[in-house]
Order: sequence, then C-alpha cells, then structure tokens
Amino acid sequence: MDIVVCIKRVPATDTAIKIAADGKSIETAGVTFELNAYDEFALEQALRIKEQLNAGSVTVVTVGPKDCKKQLDDALARGADKAVLLSTTDWMYDGMQVASALAAWIKTVPCHLVLCGRQAVDSDNNQLPANLAGRLGFACVTEVGKLTLADGAFTAERDIEGAREVVACKTPAVISCQKGLNEPRYANLKGIMAAKKKPFVEQPAQLGARGMEIVALSLPAPRAAGKIVGNGAGAVPALIAALRETKAL
Amino acid sequence: MSNILVIAEVRGGAAKRPSLETVTAALQLATATGGKVIVVACGSGLDGACAELRKTGAHKVVAVDGPAFANYSGDGFAKAVVEQCAANGATAVLMAHTAMGKDLLPRVAALLDAAVITDVVGLGHEGGAFTAKKPVFAGKATMTARAAKAPFCATVRPGAFAPACSTSDAEVSKAATPAGDLLAVVKEIVASAGGKVPLQEAKVIVSGGRGLKEPQHFKLIEDLAAAFGPGVAAVGASRAVVDAGWRPHAEQVGQTGKVVSPPLYIAVGISGAIQHLAGMRTARTIVAINKDADAPIFKVADFGIVGDAFEVVPALTAAIADVMKGK
Ligand SMILES: Cc1cc2nc3c(=O)[nH]c(=O)nc-3n(C[C@H](O)[C@H](O)[C@H](O)COP(=O)(O)OP(=O)(O)OC[C@H]3O[C@@H](n4cnc5c(N)ncnc54)[C@H](O)[C@@H]3O)c2cc1C
Repeated sequence: MDIVVCIKRVPATDTAIKIAADGKSIETAGVTFELNAYDEFALEQALRIKEQLNAGSVTVVTVGPKDCKKQLDDALARGADKAVLLSTTDWMYDGMQVASALAAWIKTVPCHLVLCGRQAVDSDNNQLPANLAGRLGFACVTEVGKLTLADGAFTAERDIEGAREVVACKTPAVISCQKGLNEPRYANLKGIMAAKKKPFVEQPAQLGARGMEIVALSLPAPRAAGKIVGNGAGAVPALIAALRETKAL
Repeated sequence: MSNILVIAEVRGGAAKRPSLETVTAALQLATATGGKVIVVACGSGLDGACAELRKTGAHKVVAVDGPAFANYSGDGFAKAVVEQCAANGATAVLMAHTAMGKDLLPRVAALLDAAVITDVVGLGHEGGAFTAKKPVFAGKATMTARAAKAPFCATVRPGAFAPACSTSDAEVSKAATPAGDLLAVVKEIVASAGGKVPLQEAKVIVSGGRGLKEPQHFKLIEDLAAAFGPGVAAVGASRAVVDAGWRPHAEQVGQTGKVVSPPLYIAVGISGAIQHLAGMRTARTIVAINKDADAPIFKVADFGIVGDAFEVVPALTAAIADVMKGK
C-alpha cells in the first residue's frame, strides 16, 4: 500500500500569539515551530500499516515555505521513505488552495491511502482531509481514534458528540487522525543518519485560484481580572453567593 | 440566485441543536444577500425532523430520504447536497462545525470547488463577497477573512448563534437518494455509557487535573457534576490526566482536546497552562479551585478559591446540591 502523509509546520502550542504590523499575520520573531501534533499520529499510523503489510511506501508531503524542510527531515528520520515539499512563499491558510495543490500532486503519484492529522493547530481549519478526499474521489473518515485494516478495507472508529461511530471504509481512502490512535515514535540517531540518504523532492505547489483572503487578525478581548473569593472550604458560601449574584447558578 | 443552503444534522430522528443555530446564521446572511434559505436533511425516515425544521423561518426544507441513507455516509450525503445546491441556486452552503459537519461540509466544498472557511462565529456579505470571522490558534486570535470566489462553504461553531424558531411553516419536499456505491458508511453507533452529557452540549463542565493526585479521586469531580442534577453537567479533564490514562481523551479540554464554551466551567487542580486555557477561556463564568494562589488559572477565573480540592470540592458539592434542591 502506497501511503501519503500530509504534514504541517505550525507554531509551538505554548506560543503567546502577537499580531504583526500588517494586522493580518502573526509575529514570528522568537516563535519556535514544530510538527503539528496530530500529524505525528498520521505518520505513526502510516509506518505501522507499512510494517503490518511488510510492503508499500510512506511519502510525507507538505504545502508551505522552505522552512518546512526541518519537519519533513524529522519525518524521514522517524521512518518515512520519501519527502516532498510543495513550496509556497507564505504560511498557508487557504483551505481550498491547499486541498487543490495536494490533490493535483497526489494524482501524479501511486497512492492508496492518505493520512492527515485531524486539524492543524494554527489555522484550526479541520477541513483538509474531507476536501482532499472529495477532490480525489476517495473514501474518507475524519477524526479517527482506532483504525484496522483487513482484506483491503478499513474499519475506523471515531468519537462524535456523546457516542462513537464505527465506519466501514473502502480504499483508496483519506483518513484523518485523532489523538489516541497510537503512540508516535520519535527519531533515533540511526534514523537521522538514514534520513540523509532518502529522496527529498521540492517543487512549486500548484495552488490555483485563491479561495479566500485574510482581512484582519486580532487578539480576543482579555477576560476581566477575576477575584479570589476566599481560602479553603470556608469560602464555599461566598462562591455560591457570587455565582448566584451573576446568575451563573 | 444567492440562496443559502443549510445542511441539517439529524440524529435519532431529530434535528441537532447546532443545525438550528446554523439556520439562524443563514437567515441573517440571507438578509444581506437577498436570497432564500433552504434546509437540506439527509437520512431515512425524516418526517419528524422535517416537522421541526419547517418551523425555523427557512423558506424551504428538502428531505433526501431513503433506505440508502439509513446510516451516515460522507460521500453519499455530499453527492445529495451538491444536487440540491444546483437545484436550488445556492451560492453558499452552511453546516454546524460538529463531527458530522467537519466530515461532510469540506467534501461538499471540494465537489463545488468552493471557497471554504470553518468554525466561524460570525458571517457577513459585503460588496458581493462573503466574509467570516473565526478563531485561530485555538482561540488565541480571531481571523476575519473574505471569500475570494463563489460558491462559499462554511461550518458554524456550535453556540455562536441562537437556535432558529419561528411560527412559519416552510414547504417540505422530498428528493430521492443519489444512485451509486457508497465509499464510507457508518456501520454502528455505540452510545457512551450511562447517557452522559456530551462535553460541548453541557451547561456546566467540571474539569479535574493533576492536582487530584490519583485517578480514583475523580469521584470528587463526578459527584460535583452530578450535584447539578441529571443532564446538566459533564466531566472534563486536563491533558496531564488524559496522558496519564486516568481519563479518556474524549474528556480532554484544550488546544489538543475539545474547545468548549459552557455557561459555567469549574477547574479543579488544574494549573491553567496556555494549551488548557485555549480550550475553555470563552466559557461565560469560570471558577477555579487550586491550592496555589499563583496558579495561572486564577488569571482567567471569574471566581477562585485557594485551597485543597479534597476539602473544598465536597463542601461545594453539598452547597450546589442544596441550591438545586431549592430550585
Ligand atoms: C502540544 C501540546 C498540546 C497540549 N494540549 C493540551 C490540551 O489540549 N489540554 C490541556 O489541558 N493541556 C494541554 N497541554 C499540556 C499543558 O501544557 C499542561 O501540561 C497541562 O494542561 C497540565 O495539566 P494540569 O493542570 O492537570 O497539571 P499541572 O500543571 O501539574 O497542575 C496541577 C495543578 O494542581 C494544583 N494542585 C495540586 N494539588 C492540589 C490540591 N490538593 N488541591 C487543589 N489544587 C492542587 C497545583 O497547584 C497545580 O496548579 C498540551 C501541551 C503540549 C506541549
């Protein structure tokens, strides 16, 4: 099974977001970037499927600026066979453009399965997997917490509001990965050395027409400073009174 | 021809509340575009849901009803919705940002080659273009964006709009399910044990963190949640206790868990790491119980008690139970 894993370079989740002078992007000075947390589950699942079948290939791909090389190299060091950078000049937020660039490239390579993280933790779009599947005509299950492959088809489990769905899914498929799917491995020294000899392809992304543009980025109003109503169990009546006064109870 | 189509989510024969909220968003948008609102429901046996959906102020309800749609299929439903877009002259498609919405709406967008903006909390139409506001970076910033082309597809964050309700009686029509094989189909839905309130729908969330020291001490959190009465409160958790295996991931609140916005959020033994705050800072009222007066959670809490959870929580549980008895 030839597997494509879509990854994204995102600001570390502990970043305190500041708005840049243009009012439309974030200040990147001093920000550390990392592999999107959910994409780690996607990569791990791809490596496990390849191990299970003892055949096939794992290719990691990203649409983004050249700085993404570090995250692609990390994926190679963890065990991916090949990395592809579909290069752009900017941070990509336009869901339509990213999905069409990825679909255009995937149509040129052998691919039976696309694995993605459930969402990128910068744009928080959570739209790429199903959008990509629609463009490719693939089956799709999103936010998957358990995935089994038997006889060329998948059974995927996903949490919905207050319940869990079990989905029968044909191949080719796009699956987006939720936390809990697996425990990702990290790169070891041997992997890092091996990665240096693996193929790395860079080509411009075929973004096509724009779907949207950012008008402004702003910070939410800070919450008004709260108040400590007291210490210990003795403060409970004061808390109840405060909650009733503000109609929270 | 700038009609707005809303995809309604029907589960257990009834329309989900976030879908009714999305109709409100669509009606507001339709005033700006001068178009009509068409609600499309997909499933099998939709009469009950349609009776509810026709009383929302929408102009028309279309039920794509048939045994082939007895269970949800993203690819099957998407095909049906795209047929309805063409039949109804829709230039915008909206759906709630729920598990189904995230699975279905982007596929519809792909088939329409539409602009797509997800998890929106505000919508507009200016100079012929759709605009949307959405939280990014787990709510640490808000993006205002303009669609550069039509059609336009968006998912609407649950809780951002009030549910639609009207005395109107929209026309209901039926459409056949599209032909063709389904690629991914739900086989089974396993309800979570004990009829628990889903985190995103709870009026109160009581969350516990590492300060509870051991998994069995979550009983304190469960008891406090139960004191609010049946169907009111849900239990949440910090990532630290989810990673430790004390609680299921479904309960995790935060940047890599659920983003929630309940009327009341009570954080017990949670320090208030930036990733946790990202998931709950828009709750209407936040209460924190922590033994460390310098814990960052107190910076976002409306009301705090500095103290030992093992002492404060049982007292609070008893007090809440008293208040509820009086109601
Ligand atoms: C990529 C990434 C994503 C993340 N995503 C999330 C996320 O989605 N959600 C999330 O929650 N975290 C997330 N985190 C983790 C986050 O950084 C914190 O580590 C985590 O929230 C801490 O959990 P905690 O508050 O339970 O534990 P701690 O930080 O250890 O805090 C425990 C608190 O309990 C208090 N305490 C101790 N004993 C008592 C007592 N007897 N009574 C009262 N209070 C007591 C302490 O004073 C302390 O404030 C993420 C981290 C990363 C790197």
